[in-house]
Amino acid sequence: MDDIFGIPVQALLGQLLLGLVNGSFYAMLSLGLAVIFGLLGIVNFAHGALYMIGAYVAWLSLEKFGLNYWLALVLSPLIVGALGVLIERTLLHRLYRLDPLYGLLLTFGLALIAEGVFREQFGVSGQQYAVPELLQGATDLGFMVLPNYRAWVVGASLAVCLGTWFLVEKTRLGSTLRAGTENPALVQAFGINVPVMVTLTYAAGAALAALAGVLAAPVIQITPLMGSNLIIVVFAVVVIGGMGSILGSILTGLMLGVIEGLTKVFYPEASNIVVFVIMAIVLMIRPAGLFGKEK
Amino acid sequence: MTHQKLTRIACACALAAATALAAGGAQAQISGDVIRIGLITDMSGLYSDIDGPAGVEAVRMAVADAGGNINGKKIEVLFADHQNKPDVAASKAREWFDQQGLDLLIGGTNTGASLAMAGVAAEKKKPFIAVGAGGSALTNERCTPYTVHWAYDTVALAKGTGGAVVKAGGKSWFFLTADYAFGAALQNDTANVVKASGGTVVGSVRHPLSASDFSSFLLQAQSSKAQILGLANAGGDTINAIKAANEFGITKKMKLAGLLMFINDVHSIGLKAAQGMYLTDSWYWNQNAETRAWSRKFFDKFKRMPSSLQAADYSVAASYLKAVKAIGSDDGDKVLAQMRKTPVNDIFAKNGTIRPDGRMVHDMYLMQVKTPEQSKEPWDYYNVVETIKGDAAWTTKAESKCELWK
Repeated sequence: MDDIFGIPVQALLGQLLLGLVNGSFYAMLSLGLAVIFGLLGIVNFAHGALYMIGAYVAWLSLEKFGLNYWLALVLSPLIVGALGVLIERTLLHRLYRLDPLYGLLLTFGLALIAEGVFREQFGVSGQQYAVPELLQGATDLGFMVLPNYRAWVVGASLAVCLGTWFLVEKTRLGSTLRAGTENPALVQAFGINVPVMVTLTYAAGAALAALAGVLAAPVIQITPLMGSNLIIVVFAVVVIGGMGSILGSILTGLMLGVIEGLTKVFYPEASNIVVFVIMAIVLMIRPAGLFGKEK
Repeated sequence: MTHQKLTRIACACALAAATALAAGGAQAQISGDVIRIGLITDMSGLYSDIDGPAGVEAVRMAVADAGGNINGKKIEVLFADHQNKPDVAASKAREWFDQQGLDLLIGGTNTGASLAMAGVAAEKKKPFIAVGAGGSALTNERCTPYTVHWAYDTVALAKGTGGAVVKAGGKSWFFLTADYAFGAALQNDTANVVKASGGTVVGSVRHPLSASDFSSFLLQAQSSKAQILGLANAGGDTINAIKAANEFGITKKMKLAGLLMFINDVHSIGLKAAQGMYLTDSWYWNQNAETRAWSRKFFDKFKRMPSSLQAADYSVAASYLKAVKAIGSDDGDKVLAQMRKTPVNDIFAKNGTIRPDGRMVHDMYLMQVKTPEQSKEPWDYYNVVETIKGDAAWTTKAESKCELWK
């Protein structure tokens, strides 16, 4: 069999696929961040916490109310989206005229509080969430055995990512949203309620994070720390893709998932820093990110 | 006027100095008139369930059982979060020794942090007792006269679990290892045991601490065709690795050996997924009437049973306070000498003794996780398969590289 740098091609294919699975989580999370930053100018550090809460809502609704995975997939984003509305209305909207740093500090504080509350309640060892019956089992692809659930994750997240991109970039609602951030006063003059639109945008970003949380719940241990373990990488993804660029964050998320996967084969010790090395290089060559526009 | 002021200040200074001297005379035995015990551990990260805030509470339970004071001198408990960063642990330890008059430092989870703290304690000539850290280096090549290692170490885990698995036919091993001091030590010590008992090590892969995804590493493990996948990691990393191994069907072809598993991990994984696994631990709450009684007291506070580390935290504080009481001093050298003379007999250990290299020698237990049917109540998880006697469990004198044990 052919080898590439001493690794059999088949093993490499498997790793590429796994990279794609992780990449689709990065893509979904960075997408939410990009939407929030692009339209609100808020660096949402609470994103990881919202993702964690999304997973916990799924777990709680199964444990306490017996609601299955598919219901949680709808319910959790709604609940976390409502939480997003609350956060935006009561706290964030006071910060729009201030330096972006304040938004970052506030959301970071919120994330720490949320983590602390869940740690106090549930401990850090975590909870189990079973893979839904329909998606149990695995498919033998020849070069590797892929659990069906992981395949579903890739499909679902790609659909959500592309849907969001289409909504923001290609529809009338999307163009109103973008216009609202460019020049709120003018859009308001056309009779559009800009503050409500901004609130709903934040809620949508939060809901995306929660959806990613539900998708992740059967794959990893649900712990209060699951968000903070991931969020720094996701920020790096957004920075590499270009702050606020939606398509950029999707593509970068997938790409970095794959690169990280390959690093795990060739030099596993570097797998948790490779993303940051790439970030440093990209920032040196293209300070606005790969897909960002210079302002 | 100015002259008068100066005189007054000078008088005040003299008076203060005199008072300090007098106080100095009175406090020759208990420094600062307070006995301070400090615990530096992971209070909020992936290891905070197995030690963390509940470990602090276990120390407080020991203080309360000692009456809250020794011969009228108050006992104070300090704690800090090292966030799994050795530099944070070391600087906190230094601050406590220099500014707070700390008398005993207890090291919680994380070997990297404990090695750093051991260095500081040795420099300050104060006792450092490691509980949560597993790295055997603490009492081997990095031993100091002030370090005592209380609960477990990687050598004992390797001899217990590694030995049992090879004996049961698991000859070829692949390691999934956490990429820091502890993981490396656990892999190395287990590999030695595996080879010594006639097994082979076909490969290993290192993953970062708190890795979010293990599938990539597991695929590499699978392609090694080894019979046993040794998990040389801990806490959330072990749990996520086991979970992913089940998902990818790796458990059908390879057997998993969790080299360091605490009861909290088993609780979190659930008996259904964890049943049948072997593990080695220093203590189990459901061993006898004495351990059960203490554990139920602990349970009332935390709504979960204590891990071996939390029991060891209690044991460390209790033994230390007993020694302070016996000699009426909290001088580091004197207390340690007293502790080395006195066997440990409490809920954690029976006839435990501290060796010259700092190892607290006590029995270890090889356990097997019960099936859901065997478990009679919540947290009733283990069958004790074998009691590994103190003289067989730890690094031997012949293996030791510690200068203090020659």
